[in-house]
Amino acid sequence: MVETADKRLTQKGKVLPSPLPVSTRKGRRFPGGSPLPGFGLSLGFTLLYLTLVILIPISTVSLKTATLTWAEFLAKVTSPRALAAFELSFQSAFLAALINCVFGVLVAWVLERYPFPGRRFVDAMVDLPFALPTAVAGIALASIYAGNGWVGSWLEPMGIQVAYSRIGVIVALTFIGLPFVVRTVQPVLADLDPEVEEAAASLGAGRAMMFRRVILPELVPALATGFVLAFARGLGEYGSVIFIAGNMPMESEITPLLIMIQLEQYDYAGATAIAMVFLMASFSLLLLVNILSWRRSRRLSGNA
Amino acid sequence: MAGAVTTIRTAPKGGHEGRGTALTEPRLVRWLLLGLALTFLGFFLFVPLLLVFTKALEDGWQTYLASVTEPVALAAVKLTLITAAISVPLNLLFGLAAAWAITKFRFRAKGFLITLIDVPFSVSPVISGMIFVLLFGAQGFFGPWLAEHDVKVIFAVPGIVLATLFVTSPMVARELIPLMQSQGSDEEEAALTLGASGWQMFLRVSLPKIRWGLLYGVILCNARAMGEFGAVSVVSGHIRGLTNTLPLHVEILYNEYLFSAAFAVASLLTLLALATLALKSLIEWRMSR
Repeated sequence: MVETADKRLTQKGKVLPSPLPVSTRKGRRFPGGSPLPGFGLSLGFTLLYLTLVILIPISTVSLKTATLTWAEFLAKVTSPRALAAFELSFQSAFLAALINCVFGVLVAWVLERYPFPGRRFVDAMVDLPFALPTAVAGIALASIYAGNGWVGSWLEPMGIQVAYSRIGVIVALTFIGLPFVVRTVQPVLADLDPEVEEAAASLGAGRAMMFRRVILPELVPALATGFVLAFARGLGEYGSVIFIAGNMPMESEITPLLIMIQLEQYDYAGATAIAMVFLMASFSLLLLVNILSWRRSRRLSGNA
Repeated sequence: MAGAVTTIRTAPKGGHEGRGTALTEPRLVRWLLLGLALTFLGFFLFVPLLLVFTKALEDGWQTYLASVTEPVALAAVKLTLITAAISVPLNLLFGLAAAWAITKFRFRAKGFLITLIDVPFSVSPVISGMIFVLLFGAQGFFGPWLAEHDVKVIFAVPGIVLATLFVTSPMVARELIPLMQSQGSDEEEAALTLGASGWQMFLRVSLPKIRWGLLYGVILCNARAMGEFGAVSVVSGHIRGLTNTLPLHVEILYNEYLFSAAFAVASLLTLLALATLALKSLIEWRMSR
């Protein structure tokens, strides 16, 4: 911004009348490098708000963890019940994200490429898991897949128990993660250059081969981002899972529920230790998403 | 983390119009894929929606109306509205300030600041509630001080508001940052050049430029504030008529096997979600024109 203003002032020696001086005093530039007002106010308020609402509260987890000895911490996070909860949470979030990768690409493909009546409506509805309160999703899914439910009464005679089992956890997490893959893949699919596909077709590629060799490689970076987002969301999810999971310790108890139970028993140290492990996992995933999207944007600008 | 995906997008242009036969699948494959996708969405999106309304009205309109107008339900509605009425405006202000600072100025560690804003999205709701228990709970850092001064935060309304504030804090900022980044600040600079004061420029130029994006962020923020369950559940204490928001009220009714009452109250939240989606599509349509 400053550079352009400089140019404007010295253009061919003619000084244009501008009420926006480049620098307030000799050698001093505008704070934030722009003549627009509000740098101090907006940044100050942002930092104050972030500190009060996010930083101080979240720092309590590490402060509380620091009061534990290393041995106590290890004992809390490697107790059989905690390990079982970690295993269930990571496993079901992973499987649900994987299911969403397959069906997310399919849904994005159909929405972008096949015109059908009501497509706009279906497209809008894909965001339902974002908008619907998780508790509502939870009781609805539990009722559908319970033994006497619409789908459950039909699956149970076949020996498949969904509600109150580990499959139920995966079903709930699949619901929650559904929009992530669709919404990251959809724009990439829309922006694919049809000429690439035309070229592949003229070279004799069939549709299946074209999808595998031409289209899928283009989708992979977006798919990876969508997968990590869905996985991270599934890991921490609470509301939609607790109604459909059996919540049996060691069997179908997800980690957020274990944290909840320990808080209710006033075992703050235990809850914090487990939360600490979970926060580390979440922040690593957040970092991974940022790296992935940074690489995607670099790739895009590099190809342009 | 939802921010990465909920950012305003344009409606799908798609369709096979104008695609040669080599660029599309055989009709049978198309029908199969379409059928498979719609079946999947049917099971995961439409069956749950249908179920909520069916169960809510199972015992007739009388029961439905009684369930949503009983005093405890109305108290939950009131608390939900209060929580949203406090947290949405505050996060709106935060979103505006953060987006303004980030998109209009250059400063060090900006990338870190953006990541920091996103943090609440990647924290489990239960942990989002827990941190306020660690701060203000009886055994918390400020617990003894609060008890001395007879201020209740946890198991009371302030705790619910704080937890909601934390969870929904990135919503408006996440919508505004990419939007304002793409718009640039040429108009603002022009307004200043023409002699507008800082506030004049902001109110007459900047705000109108971002009004749809702002509305979009506010709608999503509101939906999340009214529907938050996990974080609020930790700090609420589930005191009926006092610290129950609508989602918590749904949980209690459901756990007491009062299914039609639970789904009746849940249907209110479902209608809120559907209204949110409708408004969201409307804004996307306005912005793509």
